[in-house]
Amino acid sequence: MNEAPAVAVANLTVKFGDFTAVDDISFTVRRGEVFGFLGANGAGKTTTIRVLCGLLVPTAGRVTVGGVGFDTGEMAIKRKVGYMSQRFTLYNDMTVAENLAFIASLRKLPRETFLKRRDYLLGFISFNRPLDSYVRDLPGGIKQQVSLAASMLHDPEIVFLDEPTAGVTPAARARFWALIRELAGQGKTIFVTTHYMDEAEQCDRIALMRTGRIVALDTPVQLKRQVFPGPLYALDPRGKIDFARLQQLGHDPEIEYFEPYGLRFHAAFRDSPAAERLRAGLEGEFHVQPIAPTLEDVFIRLVEGNGP
Amino acid sequence: MSDRISIHVDDVRKRLGSNQALAGVSLEFVAGKMHGIIGPEGAGKTTLMRTLLGLLKPDAGRVEYREDGAPIEFDTIRPRIAYMPQQQSLYPDLSIDEHLEFFRALYQISPEEYRSRREELLEITRLGPFVERAAAQLSGGMYKKLGLMCALLRSPEIMLLDEPTNGVDPISRREFWELLYRLSDRRILILVATAYMDEAERCSEVHLLESGRAVAEGEPRALLAREKVGSFDELFLKHAGAAA
Repeated sequence: MNEAPAVAVANLTVKFGDFTAVDDISFTVRRGEVFGFLGANGAGKTTTIRVLCGLLVPTAGRVTVGGVGFDTGEMAIKRKVGYMSQRFTLYNDMTVAENLAFIASLRKLPRETFLKRRDYLLGFISFNRPLDSYVRDLPGGIKQQVSLAASMLHDPEIVFLDEPTAGVTPAARARFWALIRELAGQGKTIFVTTHYMDEAEQCDRIALMRTGRIVALDTPVQLKRQVFPGPLYALDPRGKIDFARLQQLGHDPEIEYFEPYGLRFHAAFRDSPAAERLRAGLEGEFHVQPIAPTLEDVFIRLVEGNGP
Repeated sequence: MSDRISIHVDDVRKRLGSNQALAGVSLEFVAGKMHGIIGPEGAGKTTLMRTLLGLLKPDAGRVEYREDGAPIEFDTIRPRIAYMPQQQSLYPDLSIDEHLEFFRALYQISPEEYRSRREELLEITRLGPFVERAAAQLSGGMYKKLGLMCALLRSPEIMLLDEPTNGVDPISRREFWELLYRLSDRRILILVATAYMDEAERCSEVHLLESGRAVAEGEPRALLAREKVGSFDELFLKHAGAAA
């Protein structure tokens, strides 16, 4: 497509006093893309989103969202975007209908438009409870779907979802992601943060932030290739391995990556001679098997800063 | 007999509204072990914890705490239990240090004990550099650690943790588990509910709940072998499928 990107960020920096929350980042998001924004807690994800929603004026850098920037005024940005924040979304002591009407009035939607959008969106999320249900009585998964609908009442081009599925059940998370994929199919751009790596796997592209910077940006498949160019192994202990031995393996300079995964360990060696030499030794203690890296491996290696 | 604390849950039933949250659950937890509670939403994990804490009274069956094999009064044991609920309410405008000070006063911990405990906890949580920061300004992982720290201030012997790492990034999740390992010793009983199957594998004993009953239990490896599945995800699906 030769349309302008949904989001374009060039040299964005945000400072709070002496603290640099976002440090000179640049990236673009294509229209219709599901863009995953990952990073440890406190890496600067929410700060970036708040800028992209027109809620926070950047210290430096250029940002355009749906083709408009801060030079047009932040109201222009706010009209383009929907935002589902990680903390607050709906008023618990108002009904679903009241919450939606309230948001529509903040957005100054004409009544006709509001009612049409409301019915369409509630149909889209398959909401089958009374409209006068209090939000506090909704199960977590349903509440989160109503929040999604609320963030889309004004039919934004781009939706920012900040940890939308934190704390809901795996089944509810799966339903929510089906909705996200469907929205992207309709041409909406989805910008989403998550700590669940199975969700990150469903994004078209992923950016990974560490202490205010973007340390990687690519498709899930490419990220795995980049971060683990050599083979990765699962080490399944044959018996009890004592703690000192594990520490020794963790500090072996020829083992570049060594992380516990439940009962097993994932390991990557420095190079193939090292792999051959070590594998032979490890076979006595572990059942060693080559495996495909997961995004969790990618995340840990990049965020802990020992990636290639 | 052992010189340790144990919890005996015997055929406990609890109805909450129209929902039979616990439907005759029997379990045993002993000090020195890390017990993992897994199960789908609505399986009864939180209700079980609340029952163990005495916050809910069973409709039938009983919960017994024992020490040296002999039953002990709940009131005696209650101050030795730390509980970390799923949705933890800390004070948004109090700093880390103010939280610790507040809980010190609440639990009436002596100044000497408080000093050494505070130092130890800040060291293992690596929150030392952030003691001045208000809870509202903490990242998700740091917030969970502060919650755990407040719960640990009075050196509990029993820890009940309800999905302590839900929604926390992979690195913080690892740090949290390292912290649990450092805390665990033979006198401490840890009970942790989790939705992450890799975490379940890290426990010394796993209990799978389903519709208010314990349907599979054991040491992780033995349990997988007995159930003839390769992973906890498979175990989960096998039982969820059977229940559906």
